[in-house]
Amino acid sequence: MADDDLAGEIVRVAGPLVVARGLPAPKMYDLVRVGAQGLMGEVIELRAEDASIQVYEETGGLGPGDPVYTTGGALSVELGPGLLESIYDGVQRPLNLLREMEGNFITRGTDMPALSRERDWEFVPVVKEGDEVQPGDLLGTIQETPVIEHRVLLPPGVKPGRVQSIRSGALKITDVVAVVGDGEAATEVTLLQRWPVRRARPFKHKYAPTDPLTTGQRVIDTFFPVAKGGTACIPGPFGSGKTVVQHQIAKWADADVILFVGCGERGNEMTEVLLEFPQLTDPYSGHPLMKRTVLIANTSNMPVAAREASVYTGLTIAEYYRDMGYNVALQADSTSRWAEALREIGARLEEMPGEEGYPAYLGSRLASFYERAGLVSCLGSKECSGSVTVVGSVSPPGGDLSEPVTQATLRVVKVFWGLEDRLAFMRHFPAINWLVSYSMYLAQVSKKWDEIIDPSFKELRTEAMTLLQREAELEEIVRLIGVEALSAGERLTMEGARSIREDFLHQNAFDEIDTYSSLKKQFLLLRCVITFHREAEKALEAGAEIDDVLASPLRERLADAKFIPEDRLEDFDKLDQAAVKAMEDLVPREERGAVSNL
Amino acid sequence: MAIRDYMTVRDIVGPLLLVRQVEGAKYGELVEVEFPDGTVGFGNVLEVSEDRVLIQSFEGTRGLDIGSTRVRFRGRGLELAVSRDMLGRVFDGLGRPIDDGPEIIPDERLDVNGNPINPYARDYPSDFIQTGISAIDGLNPLVRGQKLPIFSGAGLPHSELAAQIARQSSVLGREEEFAVVFAAMGITFEDADFFVQEFRSAASIERSVLFMNLADDPAVERISTPRVALTAAEYLAFELGMHVLVILTDMTYYCEALREVSAARKEVPGRRGYPGYLYTDLATLYERAGRIIGEKGSITQIPILSMPEDDKTHPIPDLTGYITEGQIILSRDLHRKGVYPPIDVLPSLSRLKEKGIGEGRTREDHSNLSNQLFSAYARGKEAKELAVILGEAALTEEDKLFAAFSGEFEDRFIRQGEQENRTIEDTLALGWELLKMLPRGALKRVRQEQIQKYMK
Repeated sequence: MADDDLAGEIVRVAGPLVVARGLPAPKMYDLVRVGAQGLMGEVIELRAEDASIQVYEETGGLGPGDPVYTTGGALSVELGPGLLESIYDGVQRPLNLLREMEGNFITRGTDMPALSRERDWEFVPVVKEGDEVQPGDLLGTIQETPVIEHRVLLPPGVKPGRVQSIRSGALKITDVVAVVGDGEAATEVTLLQRWPVRRARPFKHKYAPTDPLTTGQRVIDTFFPVAKGGTACIPGPFGSGKTVVQHQIAKWADADVILFVGCGERGNEMTEVLLEFPQLTDPYSGHPLMKRTVLIANTSNMPVAAREASVYTGLTIAEYYRDMGYNVALQADSTSRWAEALREIGARLEEMPGEEGYPAYLGSRLASFYERAGLVSCLGSKECSGSVTVVGSVSPPGGDLSEPVTQATLRVVKVFWGLEDRLAFMRHFPAINWLVSYSMYLAQVSKKWDEIIDPSFKELRTEAMTLLQREAELEEIVRLIGVEALSAGERLTMEGARSIREDFLHQNAFDEIDTYSSLKKQFLLLRCVITFHREAEKALEAGAEIDDVLASPLRERLADAKFIPEDRLEDFDKLDQAAVKAMEDLVPREERGAVSNL
Repeated sequence: MAIRDYMTVRDIVGPLLLVRQVEGAKYGELVEVEFPDGTVGFGNVLEVSEDRVLIQSFEGTRGLDIGSTRVRFRGRGLELAVSRDMLGRVFDGLGRPIDDGPEIIPDERLDVNGNPINPYARDYPSDFIQTGISAIDGLNPLVRGQKLPIFSGAGLPHSELAAQIARQSSVLGREEEFAVVFAAMGITFEDADFFVQEFRSAASIERSVLFMNLADDPAVERISTPRVALTAAEYLAFELGMHVLVILTDMTYYCEALREVSAARKEVPGRRGYPGYLYTDLATLYERAGRIIGEKGSITQIPILSMPEDDKTHPIPDLTGYITEGQIILSRDLHRKGVYPPIDVLPSLSRLKEKGIGEGRTREDHSNLSNQLFSAYARGKEAKELAVILGEAALTEEDKLFAAFSGEFEDRFIRQGEQENRTIEDTLALGWELLKMLPRGALKRVRQEQIQKYMK
């Protein structure tokens, strides 16, 4: 590193921005090392011989005259077995090893490989010498964790050719696993690969997503579903439960691999994930959730430039697993903090600001971030598809959705879960407003429901939505002229909507049973709620008293129905029958014959 | 690095000095500014470029001139001398003693900016702190290592509430070393004196460390005050193993000082003229709360901020709420009704409560009971609002009960004396008693078994 030929000299320091002069052949987005401690930085602007650098660590103590070294490469991440179960900072330094080395506080200038060089991996080859391979083709596999088989592929960019040699058995990630191609064109392939974070990894085609990403959250899966390979955003004021929703998705989504990017948020929230995930069992595989999770933690007090990089680090790792044919879900909490990092760096560069001080390129950066999501057909000679689903939370100042980050996000994402603090105050969680939220995947996803759940699911959902819509209108009337003004039928509508809200939409993330509902259970629960309402309507028409209907003890059983465990789903059928019976009993005797004749 | 003197000040703008022909200055370096009358103040380096250095002077710039002002670069950042002897002492906003006591003989000198806690080293806060205040313990419980601000407004009793929390706080079933670090930023002498008297009368002054930057002290100095205080807190918590409660008051004045410097630098402003990096800056303070795996001590923060015009969407409370783990909001309405503490429980929130309460920590019914009280109170308040427009008669029978409940709830559950210290059992029992006013079928957030067991 002391090679002076590769060095420039600092001429200016302003917060996370450093300007260096005389850097040999600097390129945009080159990685550089700043000062005697070798702090990581990235070139973000070039003016004549001056290079502006955003530094990923605190810059206190740096001054003019200190050296800056080029590395000649772009900011890259290490890819290979060992990513799962890890926790990294925004530039992929392993936080667990950092703690072992430096103690409880993060100090500066420490450099550490992201993947262990010591660990042995059991490699099982699937190709033999002489086989023709091209980038994306499977060379062999490694059981990375009990749930994820790590598929070692020929990396993109390598020339197609014949396998010269292939190894098997225990390998370290830096070992050569295969040699591909002849003579000059021969390439040594190691388990360890590198990829620049700002460049999307290649694939063959992109498709429109069709399959639902089941999250176990009723308001999401039934009302506003997101598809595998889709994009969603969760804007909401503080205290409305964005992070809890993000955590719930990370816990219960039926993705193969989860990337959780804590981008400029609270340290304790990452700790919660770290302590909780190894304890929780994945309902799909039966193994601890941590076995399929990679965490990126760049909390709010960690350097702001590394926060900017953290989402790209996460995306690149997500794409790496996608290329193996997995469904990956990436959660970024929160994209507003990422945008603020852009704003801060932009201001230090003295750029002309756009709206609210954000740089003019905010919209295009956000769009290209979400565009890296998708359902793709992967490289390689065999047909294979993988997906990256991106869910970003947005933290609008004052809960005002007209602010630039929310608006730029809404232009590109297909699902909007609007959180509302009024619902949170009433302890209605998840506090997703059912009237403003939307999902543009509903049509595709509900086709899948017909196959995997029940053809009547879509219809039930529509009926529930209509009831909720009616309730909002009736509430206006009640507010103006009081509840007496409502007819018995309208009162029943209000109660039906209340039941949907309280018995179906309300879901307690901290209750052992209620925290996760399978799609099947969601369907059955919604059917119960709607059945009761339909039967009550019938009974009312047939002459039953509204007060009797509302006093029915069955409503209490309905309220408890969400606590029916997944292994006793047949209870829902009994509840359905009980609802029909209870409502029939309320109809005056002389009317009953008439009803059955209908 | 050697200490270097310069007399090459070129510009003086607001609290900022531009010095020329400086060699070897470092970003963040501590600077002594010698006034023409011989007094010496401190400052630090905000920006360096080839031969020009931008300095913010903590003591302001009144009396400085271009010709004879002397600037001395100290070759290090602002540091705080720490030792156990800090307990019981009063310091100024930069950590210099102002109580006529002896100088502190330092065990260590620590950089006031600290370093971020490695998220991997954090331990999740889960020890319930009993504050003796029902509206907090019952509904928005505080846990050790949490940062829970009080959002207040001019004329509301936030100081009384913070003092009561400091006085009464205890962790169930434990006796451990406990300390209070108090940082005053821009508050009046009277407000600060209230806390000093309070600590004296509760005989807790020996376990307190006070940092005072009052309203008439230099505004820019208060940018350093919370950092100095938190450095002391980190030393007490993670070197000496104490449980430290940090009270920072008033964060609004701190942010205004930041804005003042930002404006003088002609930076592109964010909302309401506050700098775009306000979120990051506040986070570097608030995130210094927490617990660490394997360490005995902890830092719990209670920042106080007054919301201009009681507006929660003002950038200071807004950004604070995004960083802290909840907030206690005071309500002017309740205060007018004579309810102390006037805690507006509905928008108040403690994000860490689920881990701090329940079986083995407080009681198994705590979580459900608090959710039930919340939703019943919310419904009651809505019904009351409706009654104001349409008259009582427009309410259903059930809504009338809820409306009555919300009144009783404010009067008996939220209201309590300034010296009244309720145990958590008392608080929970009171909650259940109030729920008796409501029909059992309407209690959907609690389980049937719990109703049978606790509602006697």
